Amino acid sequence: MDAKVAQRLAEVLTAQRDAILQGWVTTVRETLRGRLTDAELRRQLDEVYVALVATFESGATTVNASSAGELTGVLSDLSRSRAQHGFSATETAISVFALKEPVRAVIGEDTAALSDHAAFSGFLDQLGLFTFETYVAARDALISEQAEQLLELSTPVVKLWDGIVAVPLVGTLDSARSQVVMERLLQALVDSGSPYAILDITGVPAIDTQVAQHIMKTIVAAQLMGAQCVISGIRPQIAQTIVSLGIEFGEIVTKANLADALQYALRQQDVEIIRRTGRSAV
Amino acid sequence: MSVDRIPVLTLGDVLLVSIQVDLEDQLALRLQDDLAERIVAVGARGVIIDITALDIVDSFVGRTLATIASVSKVLDAETIVVGMRPAVAITLVELGLQLPGVRTALNVEYALDMLAASRLAESPVVDLADTAPAAP
Repeated sequence: MDAKVAQRLAEVLTAQRDAILQGWVTTVRETLRGRLTDAELRRQLDEVYVALVATFESGATTVNASSAGELTGVLSDLSRSRAQHGFSATETAISVFALKEPVRAVIGEDTAALSDHAAFSGFLDQLGLFTFETYVAARDALISEQAEQLLELSTPVVKLWDGIVAVPLVGTLDSARSQVVMERLLQALVDSGSPYAILDITGVPAIDTQVAQHIMKTIVAAQLMGAQCVISGIRPQIAQTIVSLGIEFGEIVTKANLADALQYALRQQDVEIIRRTGRSAV
Repeated sequence: MSVDRIPVLTLGDVLLVSIQVDLEDQLALRLQDDLAERIVAVGARGVIIDITALDIVDSFVGRTLATIASVSKVLDAETIVVGMRPAVAITLVELGLQLPGVRTALNVEYALDMLAASRLAESPVVDLADTAPAAP
């Protein structure tokens, strides 16, 4: 596409503005099935349309041209907002491609017009790809952000008693998470001056050699710092896996559930729990 | 500022050493000598080594600590290393380094408790019934 074609397209788009925009909005509205209000959709597409006409008027022939900067800006805003609102990639890209048809309807039937339209189509394809890429980038950013939040959320270190902290592990443990758990737990031991830590793995669905390795490392590191770790909540399935994998827990104390582990830690600290009997039943 | 020896403090029958600088060869040897002498001179039953200030514990420092522990043990004193930082502990584990014969505690307070507890365990059994006044 050369600058002259761009100029001619700009003229067509300006002259037939209302008809084209109406056709475009109608097509896009069908694909979105009412998840966006008409006014909102019209505002968005109008914005893109204005930027597109301005781009053609400035004689830009590719999406990468510097004068297409505004257009790409508007489009990336559009696709980012689509990505965040849960629209699919197709629904996002079709917002661009749907402009082809209304333009073809008004551009005329002669050879020159058709060749202009072919150039226009090519330009729209580039725009569509651009939209798609922005959409994917926005999705990726969203996913990694959520993964990070999940990592933060899923590894709390809670204080159970003076000198006893617990880490309830929920979900799959991988290297990255184990690392976070390890650092958090050890730091919590230092900060709270707790000589006992309970690693509760009730919520861990499966365990493999690598995960076991990480747990062992955490425990040995805690021992080096002068604290003792107890593992609790080993489910029967996991106990069998541990044995069949040949993992040796050595001298590490394991308890069936968190209550037993707490009781063990309390006892190690010479704390006795006494049930008060002889109280009148209410 | 260069330090040519690490101070050894005496707390009753416990020796307290706080390592604040990088442990170099000469310094480490000197510390071993000093400690051995002081244990005998004071009749110490426990040695507490505080490494809170150490960012790095390499195999040399690890070996020094283990040696101190062995020497103290021969002289009938228990060695407890306190205040190891999480990062240091993780590094030691990742490198597969161990501190054989060295007990650890989170801080000096716990270490003193541990020493008191093990002394209690060692002391001869006192049967309270014997010392109690005979029942009429």
